[in-house]
Amino acid sequence: MPKITFIEHDGTEHTVDGEVGLSVMRAAIDNLVPGIDADCGGECSCATCHVYVDPSWMDKVGQPSDREESMLDLNPERESNSRLSCQIPVTEDLDGLKVTVPEFQM
Amino acid sequence: MSEATNTQPEFQIQTEYVADPYTLPLEDVNPAQGVLFQNDAHWPYFERLRKEDPVHWSAESEFGPYWSVTKYQDIKYVDMNHQIFSSEGGITLADQDEDFTLPMFIAMDPPKHDEQRKVVAPVAGPRNLAALEPEIRQRVCNILDDLPRGEEFNWVKHLSIELTTQMLATLFDFPFEDRYKLTRWSDVATAPPGTGIVESEEQRRAELLECLEYFTGLWHERAKRDEPGNDLISMLAHGGSTRDMLDRPMEYLGNLILLIVGGNDTTRNSLTGGVLALNQNPAEYDKLRQDPKLIPNMVAEIIRWQTPLAHMRRRALVDTELGGKQIKAGDKVCMWYVSGNRDPEMFDDPDAFVIDRPNARSHISFGFGIHRCMGNRVGEMQLRIVWEELLKRFHKVEVTGEPERVYSSFVKGYSELPVRLIEN
Repeated sequence: MPKITFIEHDGTEHTVDGEVGLSVMRAAIDNLVPGIDADCGGECSCATCHVYVDPSWMDKVGQPSDREESMLDLNPERESNSRLSCQIPVTEDLDGLKVTVPEFQM
Repeated sequence: MSEATNTQPEFQIQTEYVADPYTLPLEDVNPAQGVLFQNDAHWPYFERLRKEDPVHWSAESEFGPYWSVTKYQDIKYVDMNHQIFSSEGGITLADQDEDFTLPMFIAMDPPKHDEQRKVVAPVAGPRNLAALEPEIRQRVCNILDDLPRGEEFNWVKHLSIELTTQMLATLFDFPFEDRYKLTRWSDVATAPPGTGIVESEEQRRAELLECLEYFTGLWHERAKRDEPGNDLISMLAHGGSTRDMLDRPMEYLGNLILLIVGGNDTTRNSLTGGVLALNQNPAEYDKLRQDPKLIPNMVAEIIRWQTPLAHMRRRALVDTELGGKQIKAGDKVCMWYVSGNRDPEMFDDPDAFVIDRPNARSHISFGFGIHRCMGNRVGEMQLRIVWEELLKRFHKVEVTGEPERVYSSFVKGYSELPVRLIEN
């Protein structure tokens, strides 16, 4: 299974197994990673699963859709590497992915 | 919130209602009646619509013709598709009066919505809240310690209104001794004339203009400061896309009303609803006393069970289809959050109040999509702190009589809940 590492804003790391076909958000929820609430259940409509993708992974993760962009853009603290983790499907290519959970979401 | 300031001129307060909607022809089922909510009689209306006509056309109502959307997934679809279902011009069933319109970002579409919302969002953001928590907890403790002991009192007035008003004063950095003005303006903004709050539309406008005048003074004072504060007025006065808002005074007033009502009625009625729900479900109260760690999940369940805003409204921008119905461009589309939160396809045994319900957080009370409640964490925090401090002090907040509910199909709330405190 691809490994995904969530880094809290204080540096604490949580490396968990992601399941191919499910989302990065789901990997966090299923492993009780703090700071990922995902109130809407993964439909890109609550923006409580915000992560900063490690810049070296940006190409593999890809770009947000227009809908995701509109949710991200509501947040004054969004960065160029911001994504909603419910919109990133886990693939074998993402084995080793590192994302940071923003302080504002803790 | 937005159009609260308006009613159709021909509006007459209705006091009669049909208790059993199954006796009506389906086309006559119209849940948008304040009297139904005042009497807690709306539930079978929504149950029937969910079962028989989940996307339902009412040709006639106090607010004109409109669609009711009553199932969870359909509501979420409407909420998320803002490019089809617009918020521009208003988000409650009532229409704004053309000569007294209050623009506010909740009733705008992108891009203006996004620009204005972004300016004020940080006040309700987790960072600001963490900084405010000790002060809020202290205020909660003071209020609880001052509550009448050994006698009946009105929970709405002594706790729910007092606490949310103090919270609002904190977020606005509003002169503390004048804070009851905020409660008054919130009530004035949402109550239909003649229901006990204001007697006429003229009175309402006059009071709201007083609100504008007061806040204009605060704006000037905050705009002068070199170091902008963390309060909402400072954020608007210094924010890039809002710092000229004072040139559009009705827009300033509109956004003030949005933030006052949004930060007031909603939490107020959830604070009251929680006490009522626990009294109606004593086994859940026992469960809570045995495990206070359930409080955060209970807070979500209270917000689901109460649904402090019964609906939000959109207007179709294009012809579209929903649930097999043809919606025309220009039609009003009402998302009944109060119904989505009781949809059995989403929530098992939906009318039950279950403080450890696994998917309580999926409630639809905050809405979904770009208009999702900006202050949701503020409201949740207040509810959490109140219940943490209540459990430390009292065995029970005992309901001693029937609640009085508000005449509104928008704000779903209470004006009175008699209670007595039972000490630990």
